[in-house]
Amino acid sequence: MSSSALQHEPGIVADAVQPTRTRGGFLWQVIKQRPAAAAGAAIVGLFIAIALLAPLIAPYGLHDQVGAPFARPSAKHWLGLDDGGIDMVTLLIYGARISLLVGFAATLVSTLIGGGIGLLAGYFGGPTDVVLMRVTDYFLAIPDVPLMIVVAAIWGPSLFHIIIVIGILLWTTTARIVRSQVKSVRERVYVKRARALGAGNSRIIFRHVLPQIAPLLVANVVLTVALAIFDETALAFLGLGDPTQISWGKVIENAFQRTAISSGAWWAIVPPGICVAVVIMGCSLLGQALEDALNPRLKVAHLSVKRWRIRPLVGRAGE
Amino acid sequence: MRGADYILKRTVFAIVTVFIAITLNFILFRAAPGSAVTDLSRVPHASEALRHALEKQFGLDKSKWEQYVIYLRELTHGNLGVSFDNQQPVSTNLKTALWNTVPMFVVGTLFAIIFGVITGVIAAWRRGTATDNVTTITALGFYSVPTQWLGIMLIILFAGVLPSSGMVDPFLVDSSPWAHIQDVLRHMALPALTLGLTLYGEYTLVVRSAMLETLGEDYVLTARAKGLSSWQVVRRHALRNAMLPTATLIALSLGYIVAGQILVEAVFSWPGIGRAVYEAVLQRDYPMLQGAFLFLTLSVVTFNFIADLIYFRLDPRITE
Repeated sequence: MSSSALQHEPGIVADAVQPTRTRGGFLWQVIKQRPAAAAGAAIVGLFIAIALLAPLIAPYGLHDQVGAPFARPSAKHWLGLDDGGIDMVTLLIYGARISLLVGFAATLVSTLIGGGIGLLAGYFGGPTDVVLMRVTDYFLAIPDVPLMIVVAAIWGPSLFHIIIVIGILLWTTTARIVRSQVKSVRERVYVKRARALGAGNSRIIFRHVLPQIAPLLVANVVLTVALAIFDETALAFLGLGDPTQISWGKVIENAFQRTAISSGAWWAIVPPGICVAVVIMGCSLLGQALEDALNPRLKVAHLSVKRWRIRPLVGRAGE
Repeated sequence: MRGADYILKRTVFAIVTVFIAITLNFILFRAAPGSAVTDLSRVPHASEALRHALEKQFGLDKSKWEQYVIYLRELTHGNLGVSFDNQQPVSTNLKTALWNTVPMFVVGTLFAIIFGVITGVIAAWRRGTATDNVTTITALGFYSVPTQWLGIMLIILFAGVLPSSGMVDPFLVDSSPWAHIQDVLRHMALPALTLGLTLYGEYTLVVRSAMLETLGEDYVLTARAKGLSSWQVVRRHALRNAMLPTATLIALSLGYIVAGQILVEAVFSWPGIGRAVYEAVLQRDYPMLQGAFLFLTLSVVTFNFIADLIYFRLDPRITE
């Protein structure tokens, strides 16, 4: 929809443009105002850059044996070598690729499912709402990691399966958050006005409702990425990761299975865990700051309430 | 009688959830194309005779609906099938594993709750100070660390001091009951600590936010105006009300505790339910995996149901 088309409908222009303006600057605004958000964004941004530039910045090849198994850290190999004589720094840089890919792709899947269900339930209300939310409730009650393990074990290990398995089991929180938000947006005056002007459901949803819930979705996406990365390390550790792809979870699993501990090779096992923890911390800081910025109750400075989520059974905490 | 209504609703919800989990279990393992039991070629080293025996045993020659009815009937008799791995009934295996899991689970979770509540209260009480910052950042750190990795770190740190694998020392024979208990406790220290530490960070953050919320309420201001000491305000007025959301969140985190338990038992070779899941995955022992999944789901649903009842007891206003 071009802006010139909108200019013929003055009532909608005011409403439709306003959220767009705040949405574009929302992420940036929060990052500027809150140091925690800035720190989180810097961490996440740095790791995304590392993942994207992996082939350029990795000092060695991912399959190059450059020394003895479990060689100590040295000037040439800052973090030493793993059990196959592969440079640890290289492994971590390429591992960032797969870990972040799983994190973002699984989040995309879960946001599409959860966002769709939440949108339908919240927008249409009535029986649709009751049925969809019942289904969501039951999915919330079933512990998702055991279910992930079962599904991943049956489907067999591949990167695509891992992404789908994590994605289809993380959507419940998104559905609940989106639903409650859509329910309130639906009742606002400008939506009613748009409907009175003859706008159809899809137009209202895409032009008026979605832009309003976008900031909340962004916050939710950031927090879900952290969960997805976490779940990937768990699945990889249980031997359910893709054997051909190196993720941080896989590096931890390899080091553990191939006696890095008894060989005293701490460098093969400490750094990947720190990478995971730092990325998760970055996502948590950024996502939490975004959620805080969206919660008007928290504008009262002395009540800096944070609703930390339970993972991976995220859910009713955010209601 | 809104209370009775609430309890009835939660009971129905729990029962339906259990039924859905059971059905999901059937669909995943039996009905989905290429699923575990229908795809008998996945059984390692299966001979033609074994295939036929299995087909008969699992009733694969019958229709899906008949299979489903048989499956439900067998479940009500407690028959979860026979493990591919050690040829024992799955229910027997699970029973043994359960008795090993419970003590470690209880010790780890209690540690997390006690430590998490204490640090959370201190952080909220001293909010904005260095104490608050250090507590919160430490908690966030433990919240962000992968469970299995933290376990490995503890193994490296305590190498030689505490045993890092198994539940009993295989070389300790003919020991007195007391020596046996001591031995098990020594083996339990690291896995329980790992579970406790990964959970505690989360509880600290939850308790801190719940406390901050109640500390801003008017009745806290009133209590302060009455001249009560800080400690009394925190304990009698703020903490009591903060326990409501905390109790719910702890109950809701059960799904996570179960996941953490699987990883911890895998790292420390603790012979419990979590290790049973891990072994079943490695050996592709589907009956075991199916039984363990069903068991884990049932326990999470049961505990959530108990939490619902406790929550009702704590706050009778609740009816939804």
